[in-house]
Amino acid sequence: MTTAVTDRDARHPEPEPEPEEGAAPPSPGSADDPFAQDRLPAPPGAPRRLLLSLLRPQRRPVLLAAFLLLLQQAAVQSGPLLIAIAIDRGVPAAMAEDYGPLIGVAVAYGVAALGSGLLLYSFFRVLARGSQGVLLDLRARIYRHSQALSLDFHDRYTSGRLISRSTSDVYSLRELLDEGIQTLLTVLVSVVYITALLFYLDVGLGLAAVASFVPLFVLVRSYRRRAGLMFAKRSTAIATVIVKFNETLNGIRPVKAFRRERANDATFAELNGQHQWVNGGTILEMARFVVLARLTANIVIGLIVLWGAYRVADGSLALGALAAGSLYVRRLYDPIDRFAMILNAYQSAAASLEKIAGLLAQRPELSEPERPVELPARPAERPGREVVFDDVRFEYRTGGEVLPRFDLTLAAGQTTAVVGATGAGKSTLAKLLARFYDPTEGRVLLDGTDLRDLTNAELRRGVVMVTQEAFLFSGSVAENIALGRPDATREEIEAAAKAIGAHDFIAALPDGYDTDVRKRGGRISAGQRQLVSFARVLLANPSMVILDEATSSLDIPGERAVQNAMQTVLADRTAVVIAHRLSTVEVADRVLVMDAGRIVEDGRPADLIAGAGRFSELHQAWRDSLV
Amino acid sequence: MSASATTPHSPARKRSVVRSLLRLWPYVRPVRVRFFSAAGVAVVASCMSLVFPLILKWIVDGPITERDFAGVWLGGLLLLGVGIVEALLFGLRRWLVARPLAGVEAAMRADLYRHSQRLPVAFHDRWASGQLLSRATGDLQQLRMFLAFPLTFLVVNGSTILVGCVIMLSLNWQLALLLISPILPLVWVCTVFERQFSVASRRAQDQMGDLTTVVEESVLGIRIIKGFGRHRSQAQAFRALSQRLFDTEVRKARLLGWILAVIFILPELVLGAVLVIGVLQVASGAITVGTLVAFTAIALALRWPVESIGFILAMCNEASTATDRFFEVMDTEVPPEPAAGAVAAITARARPDEAADGLRFAGVTFRFPDAAPESASVLERVDLHVRSGETMALVGGTGSGKTTLTALVPRLHEATGGTITLDGRDVAAMPRPEVRRLVSVAFEEPTLFSATVRENILMGVDEEDPAGPAGDAEFERALRIAQATGFVHALPNGPDTEVGEQGMSLSGGQRQRLALARAVVGRPRFLVLDDPLSALDVHTEARVEAALREVLVGTTALVVAHRPSTVMLADRVALLSGGRIAAVGTHAELLRDSAEYRHLMTGADLPPAPDEAREEVPAR
Repeated sequence: MTTAVTDRDARHPEPEPEPEEGAAPPSPGSADDPFAQDRLPAPPGAPRRLLLSLLRPQRRPVLLAAFLLLLQQAAVQSGPLLIAIAIDRGVPAAMAEDYGPLIGVAVAYGVAALGSGLLLYSFFRVLARGSQGVLLDLRARIYRHSQALSLDFHDRYTSGRLISRSTSDVYSLRELLDEGIQTLLTVLVSVVYITALLFYLDVGLGLAAVASFVPLFVLVRSYRRRAGLMFAKRSTAIATVIVKFNETLNGIRPVKAFRRERANDATFAELNGQHQWVNGGTILEMARFVVLARLTANIVIGLIVLWGAYRVADGSLALGALAAGSLYVRRLYDPIDRFAMILNAYQSAAASLEKIAGLLAQRPELSEPERPVELPARPAERPGREVVFDDVRFEYRTGGEVLPRFDLTLAAGQTTAVVGATGAGKSTLAKLLARFYDPTEGRVLLDGTDLRDLTNAELRRGVVMVTQEAFLFSGSVAENIALGRPDATREEIEAAAKAIGAHDFIAALPDGYDTDVRKRGGRISAGQRQLVSFARVLLANPSMVILDEATSSLDIPGERAVQNAMQTVLADRTAVVIAHRLSTVEVADRVLVMDAGRIVEDGRPADLIAGAGRFSELHQAWRDSLV
Repeated sequence: MSASATTPHSPARKRSVVRSLLRLWPYVRPVRVRFFSAAGVAVVASCMSLVFPLILKWIVDGPITERDFAGVWLGGLLLLGVGIVEALLFGLRRWLVARPLAGVEAAMRADLYRHSQRLPVAFHDRWASGQLLSRATGDLQQLRMFLAFPLTFLVVNGSTILVGCVIMLSLNWQLALLLISPILPLVWVCTVFERQFSVASRRAQDQMGDLTTVVEESVLGIRIIKGFGRHRSQAQAFRALSQRLFDTEVRKARLLGWILAVIFILPELVLGAVLVIGVLQVASGAITVGTLVAFTAIALALRWPVESIGFILAMCNEASTATDRFFEVMDTEVPPEPAAGAVAAITARARPDEAADGLRFAGVTFRFPDAAPESASVLERVDLHVRSGETMALVGGTGSGKTTLTALVPRLHEATGGTITLDGRDVAAMPRPEVRRLVSVAFEEPTLFSATVRENILMGVDEEDPAGPAGDAEFERALRIAQATGFVHALPNGPDTEVGEQGMSLSGGQRQRLALARAVVGRPRFLVLDDPLSALDVHTEARVEAALREVLVGTTALVVAHRPSTVMLADRVALLSGGRIAAVGTHAELLRDSAEYRHLMTGADLPPAPDEAREEVPAR
């Protein structure tokens, strides 16, 4: 046993996994808003709880993987033992022409080799199912959760961050699961085996080995603390580099037009240099840990051998035990380098988990009703539904009243235009109506039913809100229109497009309705995008529509097409339009002028124009702008 | 053991990997001393790790067996010493390369940034910024890691294997050959595996990209999704894609498990065979027990280096991909500037009467470099003269080429044919910075950078040019023209408030006004404005127009206009239609004469045959 035990020495060329840096997006915003620092408050311990809750459903594969590895390591560790048997017993027996022991060893060796290979394969399969299951679950959670969160949240959190939560942050967890679990299990299993063997050989040796874990533990703790700080610094440094890089490339036209190249080079050199310094520091920190750990381990080995020799001398330790023990002690410390890798992966995953946990800790502000109610059936002859704001008041949770208490009734089938300066409360009014927010006090009623008593599905059958900054999803034009009613037939889709006046341009696209809007030739102008979004509404056919007009203007032919389409959409339903155009206001049945959260003027467009209020002034300006 | 020697099956491919990696040399050269010292130290440290078990064996077989306790003490101390030296060497190696390699990474990144900035706009139109960013971050990190670990260990492990083989061959060549025999099949298996694995990981990457797109759209389109209450196909696509990614990843893991199993089993089985044959040979007296022991010991010691070769080669492959991706950008040529002599000549040739010639397009043609050969040009023989001090409005339908035409003036795109002259000087013969100093631009999409409002606005003003009318007065004048004085001074830190991606977010109208201020600051000689007022509300628009009118009096300006109110800023109007100038005249003239212009400006219906109508106008 003693002679053939050879070390799998410590030349592991595995690189340390980098803590996630790459895609961490720049953080907009400013001041001491938690959104600005890209750190949403998560309750203490939330990252760990999140990890546990993700691992819990996968505990079977993980436990099975651990078990497979246990067997595999047993098979691996038996190798040297078999070699020793072959030499100690097989040789003398073979000399006596007794090949029994040799055959026995040969068979055992073959079985062990095949067995451990197959176990290794199964281990990888099982573990991958477990760890990929965790990632599948996590991605779905982030997706579902971000879809459930309020628009207000989306406005503040920015799309870039949500995307990096579900990509790069998930990725850094993946590194931990892929590399980490495997390495951790391997290390644990071999440490347990070897420690047990040491205790079996000699209690003193076992105790000495266990005692040597103390300085290593201290070292690991100090590394975790110091590396944590370094990683945080480095990720800040790379984030500033990324921001500068991205900003330059996204704004390459102004960069060139205003000859910023050289000034940018200088700024970038500074940021890049800062990152270089911190980056080098992080690598050195890692080096420091590896060296100290290895030094500790090597000194411990030396001391154990010396102590063992001393004990052999006074006869309290068997010679063979010392020989085997010292070889096993050396093996015990082999995984130190790999342990450093896990620590790195863990550091980086912990930072990501914290960000994800912060996101998941955000509660959607709106809840589904406990006892949902259905909207009353609508009499066929009456277009649209009646809307009542009953004693409604709205303020943000953080304080700051946006809409003081008011009452408002919108008659069924009427089109109401809302006008006013930015911040006058127009869009808050619209969002209350679409139930993107709930009022702080009072109720919003649709045909007498409180919006809060409707399920989301029922609500959206009744009320649809569209913004004209029309976003198209990848896929065909038809699919984009069908978003209004996913079960619509092609005929219905085309009918909607025709009614809106979008059919001609769609038919002229390379593949007509099947043209992919992201492919070459599928480019659709801003005006045409608005038409597509109107066709969606027409297909959805809600009894109430809320329209937020685009602020930026189209060219005049485009504008006219959009105006015509809008009239089609507004017809035969209750409509609220946040208006930026005179032409829109003129087709409305009623105009509300808002200022500082209050409705300051209310009446038919013609009456208000004839008056001397704000609307009349605004109207004059509009007139002038048309020349 | 060099990379080229290990892959007899695809020499060309491997050679190109080596060639790719050799391109890194210029970046490594400055740190070559430390780099090679570190590799040397790694080899020594490796040998130390080999010495370690030898000493242990010596203690066990020698002093302990012979009960020579002084020897045990000596051995123990030796062990301690070697252990300390080994650890220190490990440290030395890492210390030697840590800062230099961070420097290599930074130098490559700086070069990439510098080069990207100077590549033409057409390049950036083709390349998503994310593609460049991933090269500047992920790929460069990977290359640094490659230089720090796999490259070094390729040398270290290769030489270990070589030395081990030589020792074994000298001990007993038959057993040695048997033991070495699995190396070739292993390398072959590794190559096959690596090909399959790279297909699978490529697929996983693509699927990840698709998944990211769905996530991105679900976030960007959240207003629509919420507005309609759902987006079923989006959620379905997400589920389907993440499931598919799951399957691919599991398949990747199976491939990996399979190859690891083979790498493990094959040498083990051969070792078992060697053991059996060895025992028989010992029994028959052909070799000694000591030889057999030494053999198995060395074989076990070589197991890790052999196993690692596959991974190291895979990493070399990845690194060469990263290198290729890096040089893909660096190899794209920056279009050359005209030689200094030509510039002087062209400047000299400008006759005095041309000094105030204004902006002139003569037979200008443009097509995108990547456009299909049979497709029509974006601009076709455009002739247009904006007189000195005159303001020309540019009107045209969607896709008529207005934005492209304006981009040719500051040479953001290069005209494919014809000439553009500024006061008689051909822009193509002037250095680009010079052209851009003369021409100031406001783009349709107002981009602000992460800097203060002041820095954003003054960025077009030459700091080096002392004659430039910079300074506070000019800054305030620009704000006043853009009607931005009020809101800028109301910002938390006034003009020193940080804006852009990392600062305060401003509304579209506010950003547009700042972009306008940036264009007019420093009283540029030529001004190009691409629909500069589109996002403004009617009140602000009217005020900006009034102020802008003053500025335009002394400036040669080309203004893209969508609305009559913007056209009113101009002295004359040019109608761009299908890439040609269809008509030039005053607003009133064009309203009277051009059906297309009437359609664009008033929404009047086009006559039934718009093509003929278009032909009519220039014929007049």
